[in-house]
Amino acid sequence: MVRFIATKLMYVLLTLFLLATVTFFMMKAIPGDPFMGEKKLPPAIYNNMIAKYGFDQPVWKQYLTYMNNLLHLDLGESMKSANRTVNNIIQNSFPNSAKLGLVAIIVSVIVGIALGVIAALYHRGLIDALATIVAVLGVSIPSFVLAPLMQYFFAVKLGWFHVAGLKEPLDYVMPVIALSALPIAFIARLTRSNMVEVMNSDYIKTAKSKGLSKAIIINRHALRNAILPVVTYLGPMTANIVTGSVVIEKIFGIAGIGKYFVESVSNRDYTLIMGLTLFYAFILIMARFLTDIAYAAIDPRIKLNSRGGGS
Amino acid sequence: MSNLNVTKNNEEQHEAASNDRHQHLNLKPEDFRKIDTSGLNAEVISRESVSVWRDAMERVVSNKLAMICLFILLAITVMSFIGPYLTPYDYETNDLMNTNQPPSKEHWFGTDDLGRDMFERTWMGASISLRVGLFAALIDLVIGIIYGGIMGYFGGRVDEIMNRAAEILYSIPTLLIVILLVVVMEPSLFTIVLAIGITGWVNMAWIVRGQVMQLKNQEYVLASRSLGASASRIIFRHLIPNAMGPIIVTLTLTVPSAIFAEAFLSFLGLGVQSPAASWGTMIEDARSAMKVFPWRIFFPALFISLTMLAFNIFGDALRDAFDPKLKR
Amino acid sequence: MKSDNKLRNSSIGQTNAQPLLEVEDLHVSFDVRGGEVQAVRGVNMVINKGEVVGIVGESGCGKSVTAQTLMRLIPSPPSRVKKGSIRFAGEDVLKKSEKEMQQLRGGRMGMIFQDPMTSLNPTMTVGRQITENLIRHRNMSMKEAHKRGVEMLNLVGIPLAETRMKQYPHEFSGGMRQRVMIAIALACDPELLIADEPTTALDVTIQAQILEVMKELRNRLNTSIMLITHDLGIVADVCDKVIVMYAGQVAETGTVHEIFNNPKHPYTQGLLESIPRLDDDKSQPLVPIPGTPPDLIKPPTGCAFAARCKYTMDICTRVDPGLFECSSTQSARCWLNHEMAKEVHA
Repeated sequence: MVRFIATKLMYVLLTLFLLATVTFFMMKAIPGDPFMGEKKLPPAIYNNMIAKYGFDQPVWKQYLTYMNNLLHLDLGESMKSANRTVNNIIQNSFPNSAKLGLVAIIVSVIVGIALGVIAALYHRGLIDALATIVAVLGVSIPSFVLAPLMQYFFAVKLGWFHVAGLKEPLDYVMPVIALSALPIAFIARLTRSNMVEVMNSDYIKTAKSKGLSKAIIINRHALRNAILPVVTYLGPMTANIVTGSVVIEKIFGIAGIGKYFVESVSNRDYTLIMGLTLFYAFILIMARFLTDIAYAAIDPRIKLNSRGGGS
Repeated sequence: MSNLNVTKNNEEQHEAASNDRHQHLNLKPEDFRKIDTSGLNAEVISRESVSVWRDAMERVVSNKLAMICLFILLAITVMSFIGPYLTPYDYETNDLMNTNQPPSKEHWFGTDDLGRDMFERTWMGASISLRVGLFAALIDLVIGIIYGGIMGYFGGRVDEIMNRAAEILYSIPTLLIVILLVVVMEPSLFTIVLAIGITGWVNMAWIVRGQVMQLKNQEYVLASRSLGASASRIIFRHLIPNAMGPIIVTLTLTVPSAIFAEAFLSFLGLGVQSPAASWGTMIEDARSAMKVFPWRIFFPALFISLTMLAFNIFGDALRDAFDPKLKR
Repeated sequence: MKSDNKLRNSSIGQTNAQPLLEVEDLHVSFDVRGGEVQAVRGVNMVINKGEVVGIVGESGCGKSVTAQTLMRLIPSPPSRVKKGSIRFAGEDVLKKSEKEMQQLRGGRMGMIFQDPMTSLNPTMTVGRQITENLIRHRNMSMKEAHKRGVEMLNLVGIPLAETRMKQYPHEFSGGMRQRVMIAIALACDPELLIADEPTTALDVTIQAQILEVMKELRNRLNTSIMLITHDLGIVADVCDKVIVMYAGQVAETGTVHEIFNNPKHPYTQGLLESIPRLDDDKSQPLVPIPGTPPDLIKPPTGCAFAARCKYTMDICTRVDPGLFECSSTQSARCWLNHEMAKEVHA
């Protein structure tokens, strides 16, 4: 187990390192410097800024400084919002994103699995058809279509929820639905097909031949095996929810990381872009890493000393 | 049919019974002449084996929902070409006297905040979406087949290293890379297609790899190999045609995700720039005026959802058709 | 009841044989796209207490469907029993409720499947898979069940049973898994064990071991066994009685001795000629049976084997022969056994 985790962790670090490097050089590849586009700054201030962000240094030296700062978990200072560090922005905005994201993840998993299992148990029945429709719609309707429509009907027309913000528990409903629609659809589909496959498997036949009741067969033998592969989807799902949160936070005016990310991109706030990209990547890669470990821990078939079961 | 119990065992009784049983047939000795069975054999030989391809195609065609989806896609494609010629307007001319019109006889889909005709813009959006989908799929195909083909065919060390590289790329969320690329290069259709293309091929490569690995050990490949066929000949004559099914399925499902990615970026203002109209930008424009002019979001929202829906359903149908496990 | 007849239907060495399982005129069909596959078309069979009956035939001949129908394991739809009856220890299996069936399965009937690699639950310890059976049918406590489970593993020849109980199926080899399956199936002392190709997926040497285990257990526990196989060698080794199936029907049935030394159906003869035999003269070549079994969506009108038979006669293509009894224990579904055929070809 230790070796398995260590190998995985090495890949996590390698990926992060590569990503940091690539981001850095991509930002450097942009012609000109970040202060050129703005209204002509007085030369003194301009030079000051250049010196402050180290842009007068050779690129390799800037790179080393950047990497060194990263090692100390210092993501640098925002270029556009005066005196705010990237760390600072993350500290303030991450809790909002995290709360929303976690609720969305939990809802996705529970609803998705429930939907998939029910659909499989009523294989080819009406409920199955309904679940399939929900799944296909969930995959097909983009969150940035679903969210404004919900806002219009449930908030503006019916007045059930606030149009925007994230203060009361009820405020979570619409953003969570918008974020979870796609993962729910995916998980439901995955669970359904796994469940159908498992129910047709030999070992379920064995369980039946032992005279176990249907409830025991489903709970004890089928469910666990059908849900197991869903665990592998948790990593990509987190990615989905996080990227989705970028637009959802914008639409619902939630001061989360996504909102700052969009702003940083349209402001060309390079340190913020780099910092937030790395932060996002870190979360997602960690989610994948934890998923792999969880899967290895749950599934007795995975031999922990061999190469991982992630792919 | 025999209702005789196997276990009845009194021999005499049975002889009588069996004669009884066949009495009504009036059996004559010539009934027991030996006959030639060669004709019988030919006629009995079980159902003709249909090729995988024809089999799959037949199943897709017989799937009504999939056919409806194909029709919708064709209709949207056709409209993206001829739609713009059906009205006297174009997609970029402002008409500040007629802003935010609801659908009417003059403007079938209404107008936006600058008075531009939404019908024109919707089909322009369709054209952009379809182009993005098509080119992204093409890039996927080329990189995926080459990369995956090499991994699968050579295996061993080559496979391991290339696989690790692919895994690393795969573990970084696509949209982050796309956003970064768009930031570095100017936002444009080209940038988006390129960005989506170079991040999206990993899945395709894995599928090709799996197919190649599975197929390369099959007997007919071994056979042609032992006959001295070259690597490239084996790849193009044997492996690729057989891997075609899963590849097509993956491509069909790549398209909607590329369309989604383009609209997503355009929605964030990182994609197609005004005055060009992407469904993503149209939705974002309409969203900000949603309270007052709710109808403006209707058509772009409808068509992007419809397009993605149709591609998803059609892709699923293709997958089911090619998946022998689901054969019933 | 024709019990007087049945009592006399004794097979080797069993003087007071009592029928445990009686299948009468069983018809099972599957509804598929493009029609109805008549997988089982009028099968009759009797398995007496303590008897080992082999069911032999090519794949698709309906032997597995018959077996699984006995335990009502095939989902319905797509399958359905169109006709016939199954009596197990005098009770009509087809009329039982699902609840009553559950009592029967695992408790009084055990089943072993072909592929030991897939027929154990991969995410549950072997111990748990044995004990859940016992807890359900024998009302044992966890502890008692565990003890019995260890006993069973020992019985089927798995060493270190105590440790093995805690392991998962993937830690067992194929042969060991099949032993586990046997232990599970026999844990509750069932009266009937249905073994559906129990050795097909195993190496030849392992096959022999598994058969040895089954033979020994049969002697020790006096369980009736229905052994489904396409391997006549296995049949000769362990069975008392043989039922040869073809195209969903019983082609021939008889004692092992009769089937091997005096087969009355050309299909049985063909099967015998197509297997290598140690005692055979080397000059006698192996003869495969030409052709393929008929399509059971539209079974042929006459004898199902007519198209592949060496002796096909005019009548064969027109009328199904039904079973001709050749002795008190042997009968064959073949016109050659009609006295007129004997006269014509004499």
